[in-house]
Parts: sequence; structure tokens; C-alpha cells
Amino acid sequence: MPILSLTIWLPILAGLAIIALSGSAAKYTALGVAVLTFLISLSLWFGFDTTTADMQFRESVAWLPAFDVNYALGVDGISMPLIVLTTLINIIVVISAWEVIKDRVGMYLGAFQIMTGLMVGVFSALDAILFYIFFEATLLPMFLIIGIWGGPKRVYATIKFFLYTFLGSVFMLVALIYLYRVGGSFSILGMHMLELGAREQFWIFLAFFAAFAVKIPMWPVHTWLPDAHVEAPTAGSAVLAAIMLKMGGYGFLRFSLPIVPDASGELGGFMIAISLVAVVYIGFVALAQQDMKKLIAYSSISHMGFVTLGTFIAFMLIGKGDIDGVALGIEGAMMQMVSHGFISAAMFLCVGVIYDRMHTREIADYGGVMNVMPKFGAFMVFFAMANAGLPGTSGFVGEFMVILASFRANFWLAFLGAMTLILGAAYTLWMVKRVLFGDVANDNVAALTDVTSREFWMLASLAFFVLLLGLWPDLLANVMHASVENLVQHISIAKY
Amino acid sequence: MKLIYTLIPLAPLLASIAAGLFGRQLGRVNSHRATIGGVGIAFLLSVYAFFVVIVGGAEPFNETLYTWMVSGNLHFEIGFLVDNLTVMMMLVVTFVSLMVHIYTIGYMQDDPGYQRFFSYISLFTFAMLMLVMSNNFLQLFFGWEAVGLVSYLLIGFWYKKETAVFANMKAFLVNRVGDFGFLLGIGAVVLYTNTLSYDEAFAQAPSLVGQTMTIFGGAEWSVMTVMCILLFIGAMGKSAQVPLHVWLPDSMEGPTPISALIHAATMVTAGIFMVARMSPMFELSTTALSFVLIIGAITAFFMGLIGIVQNDIKRVVAYSTLSQLGYMTVALGVSAYSAAVFHLMTHAFFKALLFLAAGSVIMGMHHEQDIRKMGGLKKYMPITYWTSLIGSLALIGFPFLSGFYSKDVIIEAVHASNIPGAGIAYWAVLLGVFVTAFYSFRLFFLVFHGEERFDQHTREHLHESPKVVTWPLMALAVPSVLIGALTVSAIPFGDFFKGVITVLPEHDTLAVVKDHFHGPISFGLHAVQTIPFWLAMAGVATAFVFYQVAPSIPATLDKNLGFLRRILDNKYGFDDFNQAFFAGGSVALGRSLWKVGDQTLIDGALVNGSAKSVGLFSQLARGAQTGFLYHYAFAMILGLLALMTVFFFFI
Repeated sequence: MPILSLTIWLPILAGLAIIALSGSAAKYTALGVAVLTFLISLSLWFGFDTTTADMQFRESVAWLPAFDVNYALGVDGISMPLIVLTTLINIIVVISAWEVIKDRVGMYLGAFQIMTGLMVGVFSALDAILFYIFFEATLLPMFLIIGIWGGPKRVYATIKFFLYTFLGSVFMLVALIYLYRVGGSFSILGMHMLELGAREQFWIFLAFFAAFAVKIPMWPVHTWLPDAHVEAPTAGSAVLAAIMLKMGGYGFLRFSLPIVPDASGELGGFMIAISLVAVVYIGFVALAQQDMKKLIAYSSISHMGFVTLGTFIAFMLIGKGDIDGVALGIEGAMMQMVSHGFISAAMFLCVGVIYDRMHTREIADYGGVMNVMPKFGAFMVFFAMANAGLPGTSGFVGEFMVILASFRANFWLAFLGAMTLILGAAYTLWMVKRVLFGDVANDNVAALTDVTSREFWMLASLAFFVLLLGLWPDLLANVMHASVENLVQHISIAKY
Repeated sequence: MKLIYTLIPLAPLLASIAAGLFGRQLGRVNSHRATIGGVGIAFLLSVYAFFVVIVGGAEPFNETLYTWMVSGNLHFEIGFLVDNLTVMMMLVVTFVSLMVHIYTIGYMQDDPGYQRFFSYISLFTFAMLMLVMSNNFLQLFFGWEAVGLVSYLLIGFWYKKETAVFANMKAFLVNRVGDFGFLLGIGAVVLYTNTLSYDEAFAQAPSLVGQTMTIFGGAEWSVMTVMCILLFIGAMGKSAQVPLHVWLPDSMEGPTPISALIHAATMVTAGIFMVARMSPMFELSTTALSFVLIIGAITAFFMGLIGIVQNDIKRVVAYSTLSQLGYMTVALGVSAYSAAVFHLMTHAFFKALLFLAAGSVIMGMHHEQDIRKMGGLKKYMPITYWTSLIGSLALIGFPFLSGFYSKDVIIEAVHASNIPGAGIAYWAVLLGVFVTAFYSFRLFFLVFHGEERFDQHTREHLHESPKVVTWPLMALAVPSVLIGALTVSAIPFGDFFKGVITVLPEHDTLAVVKDHFHGPISFGLHAVQTIPFWLAMAGVATAFVFYQVAPSIPATLDKNLGFLRRILDNKYGFDDFNQAFFAGGSVALGRSLWKVGDQTLIDGALVNGSAKSVGLFSQLARGAQTGFLYHYAFAMILGLLALMTVFFFFI
């Protein structure tokens, strides 16, 4: 059975149908589709062979034979966890919209289903053109979600979001076409094997960088993210932070590292530097935010700094011959991606819960929410702690691994990276203090009601995964080992 | 045994989950029954472990519970190491925790968050047990942060109170500064030994002596020194050593039972425990030991001084805790690890006692904490009075009480040490004895003796606390008196920690002290001929004169030594500096990076700037599209000419 195709096309086709539906018909159909998609994707998890680095669940159909473009799909230990994360978050998203979205709910939920299918496509495409199409197509539903259901400045935010990311990926397309000219194929795995010279690698790296650095986003091309998050509806923010950003991190691992390893190594120092700028500079910026969503958006950028740090620290460690350290860094980066998927989604949903009641995101409008919403408060403190990287939650795992790997490369890199321990705790807990603690701040807060059972289970299920991965990360790490080992071997051999 | 050792932390955890998630369904009584039951089981099983490991002399238990994660050749595991040090810590933690649980029934009886409180303190017991029972650095860090989390939750237990929620955030962040160092220390351990487990890391430690690493420019640092100092920075946060001590006094905003359990008896001693556990590494760097010693000496003396000017009953005890933690750290610095752990144990009992007694006073006084508004409580609260007296005498090191043995051993060990800084440290701990005695009995006299400085209403309701409160006081008074005399021959002077704590012969200060030790009784009798005893007596006498005989003296001193008083009142300015520089500075830096970096430079100049230039360009382009054919033709001719020029001249 073509499981990957099902996971891609079921939500896309069903999503198109849901657009035509309205009211509870749309909601229940969307929920059914989301659950079904998740169950199908689970067979990827349980059917996965962790002993091999080869692509699994492969499908291939000739599409444009003249250009050797194929509809080729497959997953390995790097992409499979992200697919399951995508389908899981999709269920949460449908639940989060249940009573909240009143305007064109069919279109809203349909757009999310379509986006889910497209994102699964991004993570499973083995053909560069297919990848590019999915990669770009995800912009459309997100553009609509922010543009239609977004806040007052949504037009500025959507255009900024669209242009920024679109501009980045155009460069990637040029690089992909160039690689086709060199190798005669759009197969991603084939591109991994191309022998490329130093100059070619340099330019291709920059083209990929333009696409993925914007997506993840890295400093200094990050400013679209806070605007997009602030204007996006809750579920849009959750998907944007939980999944879409990971397309950037995934891109580095799937394209930049294996296709142009030497350029990645040469520019590694630069990548590490801007990753650390993200961790430290953005950490300080987050501290100054007065808007909860902006704060979490900056926190996301800072956490994504660990993904790129863990990825590119690899080359410094290869230089030292420290292969264990390389795996630690890359697996740490991947752990961070999955963990951040859960935590950032949960943080945005938490903000959504009180935003739906108060219609403001300003921290100053809140205060003493714990008095009236104790259950909500408990969740928010929990996710805040996870966001601050408390051991026992998934937030700790990736950061810990990346800091250990950085220490193996250089003391000061670890020093700057570990600043997140202080900064992350500072901006997150300060927000928690101002929002949750203290006396009831005003009449609006006094009138708040605690989480409904829908919201409770939505947050509880995320809390479950945050704890599960925090207490037993081997569950996930085990899936990655073979693929990461393969990647490490591949990038430690120079191409010229 | 694996099952039993697993049950010890698990019982309080399960109880905590029950009381925390199902507190409303269980009700108040069942919640405290469940948690007390959980901690009770942990205590009884710890007693059993005591008989197996210490009395029975079983080999240390060192096994993996489960594999947390594997990456490359690095195994991250959860597992237990149960040896003499662990068992001692387990007993102290579970016993004090059990007493505090029982006491809480009385102290928190009117609080709406009753179940939540029990859930938290049981969770704390779990986390603390995981910390002390760990056999590797990963789990140590887990426990380390988990006790920090519970401390955060408990300091801010009364989350409506602005001071409490400020204090809990401060505590967490200051601890995070320590953890920052600690995590880097673990990074160093992993880099140089490629393992996280204690025994493998300790086994490799000697081979690292002489290895150096570059940190600043060209300067070479000994790997062991860097590793140990980084780890010790973690201890400085958790065990509140200068300059990371600032959170502990503020933590008194939490309910009193947790001040006793977490901020006096157990959690704050985690740093001391950790350094003692890592003695095989610290021994290899005299520089690191000197650093430890000096930090400890500063804390021991200068934090004690602040205790003199405090008027909040809990804050006096808190500064006393800081100072005593300084003593323990000093002991670590002179390689008297077993003396440090010995003082940790005696201190846990008498300081928990003093805090709980303070709590009993606070209950009697209707949550009044200002000692200037107390006085003459002796006749109203006899049990609290006598147990407080025992606790205070133990604290100041009165002969034959537990604190006497542990403190004297430390002072003697510092005297015997010759590592850099030992001279100053000796004076610090010696003068500290006077300071300790003075503030302890200042508090004691102001609270229990002299005129009654409270109003009629308070007097009418003033009575001894209920039995659930007084019984734990009495139960803690017993070890506060006896535990020192009973164990001094074994712990600092015997081979109780043989094979657990490593001391190099050239650092072995306790061996020197041991030459003069001839049993606990003669040690106590000999005390009257030593300086510390007379310093303590002088402290008590001074307090008696100042606060009983001639209260005009402290008033006059206040007037004439105003600037000293102000320094102490400002706590040497640490809080003001941190608030202005670190807290204020970070937010200001963040704001300027945001406004200038993100908004003006990146968004303003680059993003919107390029959008504007596109706009500008299109404006120009639009201007060119006039619609007149001859304009286009003219442009084409110009273009053709330009191209031809290029071709002719450049190619």
C-alpha cells in the first residue's frame, strides 16, 4: 500500500472537499480525516526499520520523463519523525479551532488539511522538483490562513511572509536546476552523489541557504516570523512554529549538508556564528517583548538557533575527528526540532486559550490569571518550564545534546549556547509571572473561566508527548541513529 | 535490592501525583495520608537500606535502571549508586521530609492549597532522592533542576503575593546561572572522559592531570581546574554561595515548612553533597579547592553578619543557613569532605528544627514575623521554647550538642590546612562563631524573653501549637542533641566514607585533626580550653547584654555606626546591583537590540528598504512607459548605440 501517498493525498483531497462543507459537518469531517491521516502515518512509525539508513516506503512513478522528473517518495530516520509530528499536530489544530472559528470554518479546516498533506510531501519527496512544488505550495494555505483569519495587520504580515520565503526558495530552484544540468537528474539521492567543485558548492550552498535560513528562520532574515505569528490565528501560529519552521532545518540536513558538504564545512563557522547570534541576541530581544505571541515567536527563533548550531557544529567536529560529537550535534538538532514542535504549538495554544477569552495578547492586560484559571495555569507553567529546557521535558534533550557537542568543538561556543539556560528561563518565566501570578489584575481577568474539556485534552495530549520525549528520548533517537550515521559518514568525506 | 531502591523515590512520586492530580477527589485528609504514607515508605525503606549497606556492610549498589538515550558511544542512563554517602543522605532527606509533612498538617490547615502543597513537597522528596541516589551526571542534573523547579513552585506557593512571585522567579534565575556553569562542567566531563557515569569518570580523572585547555587567548588552563570550578559554580547556585546567594533570603516568602525542608535542610545542601561526591575530581586541582575555600569563607563570615541586623524571624534563620553553608563549603575547600557532609547532616536536623520552631512562633503570633513585635513567648509556648533553645545551642556549637562536633571539626581542619586561602578562611570561620552565637541568641532573647511587645488581641489567642506541630519539633530535637556525639567517631574521624570520598595524603587535614581526637566525650570536655567555645559564649553574653540588660547599647551603636548598619541593611548592595545591572541591563539591552537591530536596521533599512527601492525603481520604470512609439524607438536606438560601444571597446 502506498502509505506515503495516502498520507499526502488523503488530507489534500479531503481538504478540498471540506472547503465546500460548513458548520459541524466540516468540523467532524476534518477531525475524521486528521485522525485517519495520523493513523496511516503511524504505520510509518511502527513499520520503520531502524537498522538501515536506506529510504523506506519508497514509491516512484515517472512524471516528466523528458526531464527525468519523478513522483518519488520515501522516508528515512530524519524525515519520518517529522511526518508523524505533522499529522499529530494536525489533529490538535482541528481540535483547537472547534468552537473558536465561526467564520468560514470549512475553508479554514480544509486549508489546514491541505497544508498537512503538502508538508508531509515536503518531508517525503525524493525528487527535487516534487520537493520544490510541495515546499512552495505550503505557502498558499498559510497565506490564506493568515490573510483571511488573521489580525488587523494581516496584509502587511502576509506579504512580508510570502515575499521573504518565496524569494528565498527561488534561489533554491535555480540551484536545483543547475544540479540537474550537472547530473542529469532531479533525484535528491542522486544529487547527494554529485562531485562538485569548490566554487559550485559555494554558490549552491548560498542558494540553499537563502531558502532554508529564511524558513527556519535564522538571524538576520527572521523578522517576518514575529509579524506572521502575531497576525496569524492560533492554529496558524501553532502549525507555523511546530512544522513549517522545521522545513528549513530539514532542508539543511537533506540538501545543504549532503549535496555541498565542503561548502557547508567552509561556511560552517559563519553558520555557527549566526546560530549563536540567534540564541543570544534573540534571547535578549524576547526579554523585551510585551506581546505574548511575539515573545514566543522570538523564543522560537532562539530555539531554532540550536537546530542550526547542532547541524553546523558537525564540521568543526569532523575537523577534530570527533565522529561521536558529530552525531550528538545532528541528533540534538533533530531532537530539538521535534521537541520544539510540541512545545511551541503548546505555547501558542496556551496564548490562544486566553486570547479567545480576552481578545488581547498584551502581557500588561493580564495578571493573576492563575486565580481564576488554575488548570490553565498549571499547563502554562508546565509548558513554560519545557520551553526553558527543564530536564524531564523534551525541551531539555536537544539543547543538552547540542551544548555537549558544542563543548567538544570549543568552550566558548558551548558558553554562548548555554546562555539559553538563563535567557530562556528569564523571558519565559517573566512572562508567566506577569500573566499568571499576582492578584487578579482587572475585571476582564476576573471574568475568565478555566479551560473547557476540549482545551484540557488538547493541552494534556501535548503535555504527554513533551514528558514522554523528555523522560525517554531514546524512543525517538533510536529511529534516527542509522540515518544520521550515514549522513555523518557522507559529509566527512570531501567531494573534491 | 533494585526493586527496593526503585521504590524509595517512587513512593513519594506516586503520592505526589495522586495528591496533585486528584487532590480534589481525594480530599484534604486522604491527600495528606497518601503523601505522608509515600514519604513514610521511603523513610522506612531507607532505614532498611541503612541496615543493609552500613550495618550489614553490603557492597555499594551501582546499577542502571533504564537507558534514557544512546548517541554514538555515549550512553545516557538513569541509575542508582547506593553507598554510605547515599544512604546517609537518604535517611536525612526522608526523615526531615517526613517530619515536615506531619508538621504541615498543622501549619497549612487553613490554606486553600492544602493538597497542592502536599503534592509539591512529596514531589520535592522524589526529586531530592533521585539527585542523591544518582550514579551519573545526567541524573544528577535532572534531580538538580527538578528540586529547583519544586523550589520555584513552593516559593511562589502563595502566588497572589507579589513578593513571593518575585522571589520564586529570582530563585529560579539565579539558580539557572549556577546551572549554566554546572552544565558546562558536565560538558567538560563528557569531552574529556567520554562518559557520564561517576565511576568511569572518576577512574579516568587522574589521567587528566597535567592536561590543559585554552580558554582565553593563549593561556593554558588545567582541565581539572576548569572542570571542577564549572561544576562548583552549579554548587554555588544551589547551595547559595556568594555571589549567587541572593535568592535564598528572598525564598523565605514561601511557607515555613518548605523553608525548613528545602531552603535549610536538604536542597541547599545539594551543592555540598555534589562536591563531596566528586571528591576524586576536586582532589586533583588545588586551585579549584582554593577557589571553593575562599568562596565558602566569604559566605560563612559576611552572610552571618547580615543576620545580625535582620528583624524578620525567618530571615535571621535564613542568613544563618547561608553562613552555615559557607562553613560546609570551607570544609570542602580544605578537603575535609566528610566533615562537610557531617555538618550537612547535623545542620539538617537543627536547622529544620529552628525553622519549624520559627514557624510555630509565627502561627502563635498570627503570621507576624517581626521579632521586634514579639518577646516573652517562653511562658506561652514552652515546647517551642525548649526545642528552640536546643536548636540554637546546637547551631552555635555548644559542647556535646550535634553542631558542636561538626563545626569544631571544620574549624580544626581549616587550621590544619595549608592550601592557599586557608589562613584567611581560618579567621573567617573563627570569627563566624561569635557572629553565629550573637545573632542566634539575639533572636532567641527577643522572641522568647523580655517584655511582651504585642497587643492584647494577639495575647488572647497566643498558645502553644497543636501536637502535629510540636511532635516534629521534639522528634528533630533528639538528633539535634545526639547525632553529633554518636557519629563523630565514625564519620569525620572513622572510615565511614572509605572508598566513597577520596582525599590525597597531602590534602588530608582531617588526619591531622584526628591525632587530637580521643572520643566524643573528651573532645567535648576539651572544648572549654579552645577559642571557638569562648567566642560562642562571648556571642551569647553580648546578645544577653544588648537585648536583655541594656537595650540602649544597640540603639547607640546604630546611631554611631550608621554607615556599617546601612551596608548590612543593603546586604552589601548585591540585590541593588543585580536588579540594576543584570535585570535592568538585560531588558534594556533586549529592547535596544529589538528597536535598533530588528526594527530599524533589518526591517527598516533592509526589508522595507528593499521594498521601497523596488517601489522607487518601478516608479522610474513606470515613467518610461509613456505609450508614445517614438519614445520607445528613441530608447531602442540609444540602447543599440550603448551595446555597440561595449562591443567595440571591450571585446
